[in-house]
Amino acid sequence: MRENAIVVEDLRKHFNEVTALDGVDFEVERGTVFGLLGPNGAGKTTAVRVLATVLRPDGGRAEVLGRDVVREAHAVRRRIGLAGQNAAVDPNLTGRENLRMVGMLGQMQRTDVMPRADELLSRFDLSDAADRPLRTYSGGMRRRLDVAASLMPRPPVLFLDEPTTGLDLPSREELWDMIRELVSDGTTVLLTTQYLEEADRLANRIAVVDDGKVIANDTPGRLKAQMGGIVVEMALPGDGRADRAMALLADRLPGRVEREGDTIRVTSERGGRVLFDILRALDRDDLEPDSLTVREPSLDDVFLALTGHHVAPDAMGPQVFAAAESKGVGR
Amino acid sequence: MSTIAISVPVPDSLDRRIPLGVVRDTLEITRRNLIAYRRVPQLLVFSTIQPVIFVLMFRYVFGGAITVPGDVPYVDYLMPGIFVQTVVFGAIATAIGLATDLKSGLMERFHALPMARSAVLTGRTTADLSRNVFVVILMMVVGFLVGWRLQTNFWGLLGAALLVLLFGFAMSWIFASVGLAVGDPESAQAAAFPVLAPLVFASSAFVPVSSMPGWLQAFANHQPVSATASAVRALTLGGPVASEVWQAIAWSAGILLVFAPLAVWLYRRKV
Repeated sequence: MRENAIVVEDLRKHFNEVTALDGVDFEVERGTVFGLLGPNGAGKTTAVRVLATVLRPDGGRAEVLGRDVVREAHAVRRRIGLAGQNAAVDPNLTGRENLRMVGMLGQMQRTDVMPRADELLSRFDLSDAADRPLRTYSGGMRRRLDVAASLMPRPPVLFLDEPTTGLDLPSREELWDMIRELVSDGTTVLLTTQYLEEADRLANRIAVVDDGKVIANDTPGRLKAQMGGIVVEMALPGDGRADRAMALLADRLPGRVEREGDTIRVTSERGGRVLFDILRALDRDDLEPDSLTVREPSLDDVFLALTGHHVAPDAMGPQVFAAAESKGVGR
Repeated sequence: MSTIAISVPVPDSLDRRIPLGVVRDTLEITRRNLIAYRRVPQLLVFSTIQPVIFVLMFRYVFGGAITVPGDVPYVDYLMPGIFVQTVVFGAIATAIGLATDLKSGLMERFHALPMARSAVLTGRTTADLSRNVFVVILMMVVGFLVGWRLQTNFWGLLGAALLVLLFGFAMSWIFASVGLAVGDPESAQAAAFPVLAPLVFASSAFVPVSSMPGWLQAFANHQPVSATASAVRALTLGGPVASEVWQAIAWSAGILLVFAPLAVWLYRRKV
């Protein structure tokens, strides 16, 4: 039987009137990746900061490897690594000096510090930049160094708070590979993300967080399975065309029909059947969608179904956000 | 086996704090701050250019108009005051540095590490003490170039330097408290000046207190900058030393006794 690396019970935290954590519970099995998924301001970062002993909770309790994060904070700190949302590195130190500092302050054996720093620099593809001050690093390089720093003392539990936000796709894939590798070595990883794909591809289990509460906690597969087989999405902008299509399709299909601005989304267990029915109905009325997509349900669909809103559209970047807004997403 | 991380189970014995951990952590943070001084020379400029300008200004512009008691050349009266003034102004760097640290994401990392939390404070003041060693030696060279001459001996000079450094260290803790109280670098700079201006200017650092109005003399005669400047003068110009030096040490010790705990308390409250 596998034991839990992290146990969180009824965790609460307020900042003045704002409730950041409103009774959060979850458990993370040792040697797995656990994803906290949710929009900006959902409470993900607060949860990580409490678990990493940076913040004291107002209520509830949390344990990391059997140590209480408040009463045994020092013991917890010996067992964790934290890579924060803002690359927590010293811009005036070189990459190597940053790693050295974190290793020393992490109470590593003095003789172990420099070999470990070299190892991580080469693993994170930073050997060439090792002796340059961090100010000269690109955003992606800083982020990689930040993660490398959190790994210096070989922590058995690793907290990654939105580790890939702001990284380009290749760097993101690379970091994902590294996280998988760490986990295969027995490290437990708790990561927060606004990217559904990230949670989907990395996490063994996902807790969906909204408004300081866990609203779902399951494997990515089962979360998606709740949504049925396929999703058909069509765009019908202008002239009340979406209204007409909605009237034709609603309550007449073997699935769920939703409307968001000019977009109509149909979710169904019966992929082939529902697609025929849709096309036939639209064709009869001479309605031609501008676009039509058939896809598997994503975690965004899950999230939408659970909360009634999307996962932080602003996380997708300004352009996508603008496009999403013009389509009326999020209304 | 991959090379990136083999999770080593942490033995429970490691949970106890290492006895000399505070020292090790302080040295590590000191080292980090000193590297910053080397990489960002602008940080040093404030604590070197400005006192050099003061030396030139008081030596060649105002100096002719200032008469000092006894048969002492003004430059010999001035330089001890400059040394003291230099470390007081330099202590602003402690306030700015700490306020900058507090705002940086690095603080979050420090708090998640099994380090001595006070090392952030002690590492900052120790780095500023090391910087002062360099600055004080530099100012002595500058003083020599503009005609300052030691009237006593090497031990007097060494004692004077140590006294100035002790005072600078004490001032660092005052400004550490200021930096922690205001919490951001710009406000720290703004808040520091009203604290240090009366200390430095309403003192015997540049002019004899006897030239000031009576009500100001009362303050100027009983404050740490004057006390330290007088002791440094006694050590470099000659004359009775013991009582001046003890007074100066008492001021620095008193400041440390009040402001070191205050800074630690402010720091604890922040985190």
